[in-house]
Amino acid sequence: MGSITLEHVNKSFGEVEIIPDISLDIRDGEFVVFVGPSGCGKSTLLRLIAGLEDTTSGHIRLDGQDVTDAPPAKRGLAMVFQSYALYPHMSVRDNIAFPLKMAKMPQADIDRKVEYAARTLNLGSYLDRRPRALSGGQRQRVAIGRAIVREPKAFLFDEPLSNLDAALRVNMRLEITELHQQLKTTMIYVTHDQVEAMTMADRIVVLNAGNVEQFGSPLELYKNPANRFVAGFIGSPKMNFVDGAEAAKHGVHSIGVRPEHFRISTSEGPWKGTVNVAEQLGSDTFLHVQTDFGLMTVRADGDQTFKHGDTIYLTPDQTRIYRFDAAGKAI
Amino acid sequence: MATKQTRALARTMMAPAVVVLFIWMIVPLVMTLWFSFQNYNLINPMMTGFAGWANYTYVIGDPSFTQALVNTLILVGGVLLITIVGGTFLALLLDQPIWGQGILRIIVISPFFVMPPVAALIWKNGFMHPGYGMLGHLWKFFGLQPVDWFNQYPLFSVIVIVAWQWLPFATLILLTALQSLSEEQREAAEMDGANAVNRFRYIILPHMARAITIVILIQTIFLLGIFAEIRVTTGGGPGYASTNIAFLVFRTGILSNDIGAGSAGGVVAVIIANVVAIFLMRAVGKNLDA
Repeated sequence: MGSITLEHVNKSFGEVEIIPDISLDIRDGEFVVFVGPSGCGKSTLLRLIAGLEDTTSGHIRLDGQDVTDAPPAKRGLAMVFQSYALYPHMSVRDNIAFPLKMAKMPQADIDRKVEYAARTLNLGSYLDRRPRALSGGQRQRVAIGRAIVREPKAFLFDEPLSNLDAALRVNMRLEITELHQQLKTTMIYVTHDQVEAMTMADRIVVLNAGNVEQFGSPLELYKNPANRFVAGFIGSPKMNFVDGAEAAKHGVHSIGVRPEHFRISTSEGPWKGTVNVAEQLGSDTFLHVQTDFGLMTVRADGDQTFKHGDTIYLTPDQTRIYRFDAAGKAI
Repeated sequence: MATKQTRALARTMMAPAVVVLFIWMIVPLVMTLWFSFQNYNLINPMMTGFAGWANYTYVIGDPSFTQALVNTLILVGGVLLITIVGGTFLALLLDQPIWGQGILRIIVISPFFVMPPVAALIWKNGFMHPGYGMLGHLWKFFGLQPVDWFNQYPLFSVIVIVAWQWLPFATLILLTALQSLSEEQREAAEMDGANAVNRFRYIILPHMARAITIVILIQTIFLLGIFAEIRVTTGGGPGYASTNIAFLVFRTGILSNDIGAGSAGGVVAVIIANVVAIFLMRAVGKNLDA
């Protein structure tokens, strides 16, 4: 079991308020991703749940039990750090066994569990190596191994993939998702990468300046963003925003159109623009188009061969225009 | 940089320094070796000439030599023990976030800046003197007989003084090592359920192993030749109770005016230092491998 409830959690470092007031309800077995720009308080929130930071006020409940003042070890959570935080002087085996050894488990049980974790994570042949003899991805697996042997109530991941190269990141992303399917344990995952958030999460918490902007499933966030911040943060490339007269035609303060929701024409359309840069990815082409309302990012087919200086006309998909009021809230 | 011209230039420019250093080392060593095989006694100037191994057999055969050797090892071992245990403890304390940390650290380091004879005099007269030393007063305050440290526990007293001087050095090196331990590793250990004692034993101590090795090696080099503290306080006595090898050389060569035997003692001291160094490197040197 591993449901986690935050009730009006507040965290301040001296005068600086990092997290004003957050209440969240994370269900047992859920994969929840905290996502937000750097400095939004997502790591702090994770550390509050882990017990590595004390809450200034509010309560944290684990399975209904108040653990606000419990030390990290007593909470039964396991954490995977950004730097992996492996113990450099211990072999992989000792690293994975360390939490069990601290729990004074009999040696036979420790061996069995370490073997099992090593098999799950394909670490079998590395058990007697030191962490520094491993690659980044392998270190990451050892860190995860150290977390799973404890059979924690929930896993906490603090940007675990940010030190890996792009290809490995995609791999580990799949492995962690796979692991979640296998273990069905609650996982909380912190990242600044919205692609990771979208692909891995059951539900995403979008944080900004210590506030929860929206909490919902990936598609819900994509389709019905609660406000302009979420609309701009979720989706890649970013949503285009238009203010002023053009937005007023729709009777709102500003409107947003995603790059993939344009029809492109060389002859006619309401928005005229000039192609600045065309980024060809093969499958897609991202056009950076200078229009009367500012720079727009537009997704086109991979076959399109627009060049710098071409004039094109854009037609936003009328059913997929997002409308926002002056405060940035979606209408 | 590595063209022929620059290399030749570099060698020419370096040559004077190398030559001076070479002379500086080789001349005294050769002279010491030379004297150690000569009959050379300032009180007995008529007796000269080649002495063979007589100086060596005289120095090594004397019971004072064995005692000096044992004293040297006790002195080095005792000071190492106190400075490393105490230094680790102080480093752990100084690593805590406290107000006035910078000033406090400088204060802790300050004994290292006191010159050895001065430090020894402070301890001799300020603390350990049975009549007017602080410790004497403390003992009297509790109604006890003041201890005459340098007569009753001469070697121990010297160890205390030298340890006081070297404690800051050990603390400083160990503190630096402690501060280089990543915060995430400590937190990981905390999450893994390790309490403070286990965190120290399994995470902090192994992390500091290399720094401890460096402290042991550097201190041993200096502690083998401790002289000023003994000269100022006990004068090597009572008897030979606080005489180490370095001080024995001084007693033989300068106090007894026997330059030949003193030189032989010096050569033996060099050999002992090398033997100790080899043993040390064998014992703890593996910690230095990256």
